[in-house]
Amino acid sequence: MTTTVARATGLTKRYGSFTAVDAVDFSLEEHRIYGLLGRNGAGKTTIMQLLTGQLFPNGGELEVFGRPPAEHADVLRRLCFIAESQRYPEDFTPAHVFTAAPWFFENWDAGFAERLVADFRLPLKRRIKKLSRGQLSAVGVIVGLASRAQLTFFDEPYLGLDAVVRHIFYDRLLEDYAEHPRTIVLSTHLIDEVANLLEHIILIDQGRILLDRDAEEVRGSATTIAGARSVVEQFVADRPVIGREALGGLSSVTIDGRLDQPERVRAAELGLELAPVSLQQLIVHLTGTDLAGTAEQEAAA
Amino acid sequence: MDESRPIFIQIAEQLENDIIDGSLLEGSQIPSINEFAAFLRVNPATALKGVGRLVDDGFVEKRRGIGMFVTLGARERLVERRRAEFSTQYLTPLLVEAEKLGIDVDDLAAMLAALRSERTAS
Repeated sequence: MTTTVARATGLTKRYGSFTAVDAVDFSLEEHRIYGLLGRNGAGKTTIMQLLTGQLFPNGGELEVFGRPPAEHADVLRRLCFIAESQRYPEDFTPAHVFTAAPWFFENWDAGFAERLVADFRLPLKRRIKKLSRGQLSAVGVIVGLASRAQLTFFDEPYLGLDAVVRHIFYDRLLEDYAEHPRTIVLSTHLIDEVANLLEHIILIDQGRILLDRDAEEVRGSATTIAGARSVVEQFVADRPVIGREALGGLSSVTIDGRLDQPERVRAAELGLELAPVSLQQLIVHLTGTDLAGTAEQEAAA
Repeated sequence: MDESRPIFIQIAEQLENDIIDGSLLEGSQIPSINEFAAFLRVNPATALKGVGRLVDDGFVEKRRGIGMFVTLGARERLVERRRAEFSTQYLTPLLVEAEKLGIDVDDLAAMLAALRSERTAS
């Protein structure tokens, strides 16, 4: 049995004439790791701010732990939101942040925070404004992990973090999630890096949901077929094309859908090359409006 | 890992391979779901799904409160199943490519024999 921790129905947020979140429906289930993905300005941060009660919706229904999150302290206590550029009081040091954290997060684990400080080699006594971009991100990541909130949001948490530190973050996240299951929403552009950590993917584009599916279903759900243009076109004739590239007489077409074994054999017999499409490539195809537009026009022509 | 196929299937196949080649002996304990997830850097739900396939097929059994173990007879049954799949998985693509290059079945047999003696020599 899964329990729903958050549910949005027709959720809408407008800024003047601009609709940032456009009547979206989705739910977040307990103890899952979600990827909230999409391009800049797609509406990801707005959705997370709505879920954490930092913004009021203009329309639709939103329930987090059974109640609208805004102005409900009992709901907010169970949430943790790590923003891309978290601001702290001028004279704070990381030590101050970690001392204050248990006032806001009832599950705060000081020992875990200490271990993470060592992992990330974070100078505890240095003033926040003297920290590097990566060290500042590390402060946020540590708060997000050690707070063990029932519903935790990481919004592009790792600006300035190098590859080594990012992998420490992924490892600690998985280890701690395994021992203390909770719902985690990761929003990031480094899709291929986190793809295997995610159980479910919600893809946002222009304020709407393009994809809301289990990560395993998404993986391998698209295929790129390359070869002589006429042969490729004939092979993909009745299939949903999501991307198309051409070079002289050669073309490379990405379709939404798997090929079964007989189809793979037939493709090989026709001399076509099949290539898997990574999650990141798939998302580029689905949200790259220019590309998709061209493909549609070509298909129509 | 291979991007084109679901990870849980790859995890299941890896476990099967370990049982077939004897790195996981019958009756021995396999790592826990969380150990798999941490080692492979995948979501524990994915690891559970992968190991679950072997549990469903009776190659691995859960012992409450202790862990998961390779069942007796698992290796033999796995080898049998892999043999049944061998033709479609390996021989069909081999034949398709061979026909494309104009290699007939006799040539193929000769090439395989040559390859075999090379490998035994080294």
